[in-house]
Amino acid sequence: MLANVTLLLPELVLFIGAMGLLMVGAFATTDATRVIEYGAISLLLIAAIASWLQGDTVAQLAFGGSFIVDAFSAFMKTLTYLTTAVVIIMARGFMQNENLARFEVPVLMLLAAVGMGMMISANDLIALYMGIELQSLALYVLAAIKRDSLRATEAGLKYFVLGALSSGMLLYGASLIYGFSGTTNFAGIAQAFTVENGILPLAQVVGMVFLLAGLAFKISAVPFHMWTPDVYEGAPTPMTAFFAAAPKLAGMAVFLRVVISAFPDALAAWQQIIIFISIASMVLGAFAAIGQTNIKRLMAYSSIGHMGFALVGFAAGTEDGVAAVILYMTLYGVMTLGTFACILSMRRDSGMVEQVKSLSGLSQVRPFMALCLAILMFSLAGIPPLAGFFGKLFVFHAAIDAGLYGLCILGVLSSVVGAYYYLRIVKIMYLDPPADEANDPMPRELSIVAGALAGVCLLFFVYPSPLIDLAASAGQALIDMPAPDALLTGLFEATDAR
Amino acid sequence: MTDWPILSTITFLPLLGAFFILLIRGDEATVAGNAKAVALWTSVVTLFLTGFMVSQFDASSAAFQFVERIDWLGDGVDYAMGVDGISVLFVLLTAALMPICILASWQSITHRVREYMLAFLVLETLMIGVFCAMDLILFYLFFEGGLIPMFLIIGIWGGGRRVYASFKFFLYTLLGSVLMLLAVLVMYWQTGTTFIPDLMETAFAPEWQTWLWLAFFASFAVKMPMWPVHTWLPDAHVEAPTAGSVILAGVLLKMGGYGFLRFSLPMFPIASDLFAPMVFALSAIAIVYTSLVAFAQEDMKKLIAYSSVAHMGFVTMGLFSATVQGVQGAIFQMLSHGWISSALFLCVGVIYDRMHTREIAAYGGLANRMPVYAAIFMLFTMANVGLPGTSGFVGEFLTIIGTFQVSTWTAMFAASGVIFSACYALTLYRRVSFGRIEHEGLQQIADADRRETFLFVPLVIATLIFGVWPMPVLDITAVSVDQLVLNYQEALSTHAANAVSLGGAESLR
Repeated sequence: MLANVTLLLPELVLFIGAMGLLMVGAFATTDATRVIEYGAISLLLIAAIASWLQGDTVAQLAFGGSFIVDAFSAFMKTLTYLTTAVVIIMARGFMQNENLARFEVPVLMLLAAVGMGMMISANDLIALYMGIELQSLALYVLAAIKRDSLRATEAGLKYFVLGALSSGMLLYGASLIYGFSGTTNFAGIAQAFTVENGILPLAQVVGMVFLLAGLAFKISAVPFHMWTPDVYEGAPTPMTAFFAAAPKLAGMAVFLRVVISAFPDALAAWQQIIIFISIASMVLGAFAAIGQTNIKRLMAYSSIGHMGFALVGFAAGTEDGVAAVILYMTLYGVMTLGTFACILSMRRDSGMVEQVKSLSGLSQVRPFMALCLAILMFSLAGIPPLAGFFGKLFVFHAAIDAGLYGLCILGVLSSVVGAYYYLRIVKIMYLDPPADEANDPMPRELSIVAGALAGVCLLFFVYPSPLIDLAASAGQALIDMPAPDALLTGLFEATDAR
Repeated sequence: MTDWPILSTITFLPLLGAFFILLIRGDEATVAGNAKAVALWTSVVTLFLTGFMVSQFDASSAAFQFVERIDWLGDGVDYAMGVDGISVLFVLLTAALMPICILASWQSITHRVREYMLAFLVLETLMIGVFCAMDLILFYLFFEGGLIPMFLIIGIWGGGRRVYASFKFFLYTLLGSVLMLLAVLVMYWQTGTTFIPDLMETAFAPEWQTWLWLAFFASFAVKMPMWPVHTWLPDAHVEAPTAGSVILAGVLLKMGGYGFLRFSLPMFPIASDLFAPMVFALSAIAIVYTSLVAFAQEDMKKLIAYSSVAHMGFVTMGLFSATVQGVQGAIFQMLSHGWISSALFLCVGVIYDRMHTREIAAYGGLANRMPVYAAIFMLFTMANVGLPGTSGFVGEFLTIIGTFQVSTWTAMFAASGVIFSACYALTLYRRVSFGRIEHEGLQQIADADRRETFLFVPLVIATLIFGVWPMPVLDITAVSVDQLVLNYQEALSTHAANAVSLGGAESLR
């Protein structure tokens, strides 16, 4: 039993810490928001380090095989926790200025992070659902945290209703799969289904499609993306930053895990689904963003497009492909957080602004902020030598290896279309005359975050191998899952899976 | 030769200069002055180092020299730098044009000087990197990275329609290049390496060569630019500041030709042979059609831009003739166009700085007030026409000879292009320089000053010396080009032999 606890340590730390901080917040006589923020950040850092340390061990199971810890989960969790910590740092100034500084916010973010950790480590449909719901419920509340604002409550409600719909689809798919296989364990499912020539029997295909639809919703891949622009626009900006980064990382991780470990032999069945949603996301992300005037909406379409690019690597279904997706998502997280640090700095005397055109002439008023945002935009567009290029390079490489030429051609063409709207932002900052009202100076913590992340994008090419190696070993851990037999024998006790 | 990584030094030295410019603090005038000084000194030191490197270059070997290779992305993708007879002179050309560009902008750029110098130094690093890269992914990195500074140079310091021109430039070139990226990945997948010498030795399957060739062609044809994908060039040239046009015409256009030489011909010989008639047709159309279009222009820069497209037609024609003269001529033509068109854009820049218009009709009779300028402008007009005795002649002559051996018709059309180029270039010169001064504003126009004249000196020397005595250039490229053509012919004959033996096997059955 103790082994179970050690494997769960990062999540336990976060969960107990979150409860503790909630008590502090509820019973403190003075406003304890500041203290709770610091507490949340330190808890996340501890959890990130604890997850990181789990990366060296071989795959291990806990709680009857429903919870798995391997190099893949360790890497993705570290990333997710760090992302959450950065968002809390970024959110501080904004929440204070908008009178939203409540102690519940960091606590809810911690709970969402626990949910994400559970998702990433889920090795069983029940555990998966639990993780997703824990995460989602916290996120719904965060979207609507500005409860007096019509836009924010609308965003929260939309997110909730559509999220519930997707959970329904996921559950329906899960119940079908359970019905046909008699188990909820991923390895058990993989073993229970007889796959011939990569084709599943029809009923199982239906179950899998529903399951994938529910998961695609979480990463806002087309055609399950409709909620994204509205929620991004309506939610308070730091929460948007959070939605754009951490849940996407966790969602993509669980997507990979489910498909690779529960349907390893049914490549032909899920590959065509992934290819379709990948193409649809890339194309929609590229074209729909062109007309956007609100930068948060623009980032929503941008993130839809990026999910499409990440799925290109996934569609390959190979070890290289999975490693490429991990690398892509890491760089995507870096770029997204950096961009939102800049968006959070779009403030004037009259308050926050969200229109793209209010960045006009920023390079002459706030050269540092403009430089950071320009680097991030070029990186998001995938122009070498910036980090975003390497993400695209590796996903396309994996897809080419797998012979998916059509997908790649459509992908690179939509990246050219996408380059247009990223360039437009650079154009507005560098080529247009300054706006009549100057942007306020960047708050210190935001300029540090934006500068550091833009620096990562700019200098990634100098020494890229550590991250590439990490992504490769994480991908290997996921693909080289031990044989289902080995995993199943370990049920009801924590064992070394290998 | 020492172990010192001289190519990396040359490549990244400008970046170091850019870093120092970033550190400059003070009021606007101080920053501008210091930024200019740092940029100039950096580019001059880079030029000296490049000169030293070229002096150490062993022209009797076709192999890559000064090779550096360290692990970079893993799995066969390395950071590899090296130059051979084909690329070494392009490195020199880039390094030599850069101080000229910076001096040319000394007074004409008045706002955001720091960013301007920064963009130029970053661009220099990326351009030199393109010619030094010995790894395909690294090449792509430099090749595409150059878009960012050039986008900003056109967009920030350009003319009236700068936004349109910069977007068109960026997206056009990007569209061509992403297809090349996919081809690069296919090659990587098939061979497991992106090291250029290894890829040159790989014989790709003929049916793959066709697709790979087309993907590379999409990128290089846009960059070249070849008719009909040349339309971004006139816009970009017209709107770019003078130094931007110089770099665009002098170096960026050469990347397309260099790409054909480095990748298309040696790696896909069978496809190159297959598509050569198409390239000949496009080149002939480019030469004749764009010359006629140039004739109709009212804007000086646009006229020179179209004449560049025509001259690049000679280059593509010479390259795909795959004869020693043709390829040698193409390289020579690229280099010579590098300094001649740069000089012409500088000539336009000199009077633009005074009158702030590029309309041909706004000038006339400049020879009366500006004798020195008129003499320089005449020399380069003649060189552009390809007058014997100037370097413009050598390149055109060699490419036409080379092509004549393969396709008489193409050579004929190309030769007629020489006459057309005389028409538009001489007309331009007459309208700008001769006659009486009729416009009020031109009465007081001053002749080229010391700085401006000084800029032209190296360009004049290069044009005249290499016009009479082209051997120094041809000697350096000779061995590498011989090797290239030899390998090309060998690959073709092997392929033909295979086809024959297959055919024989078929008939036996």
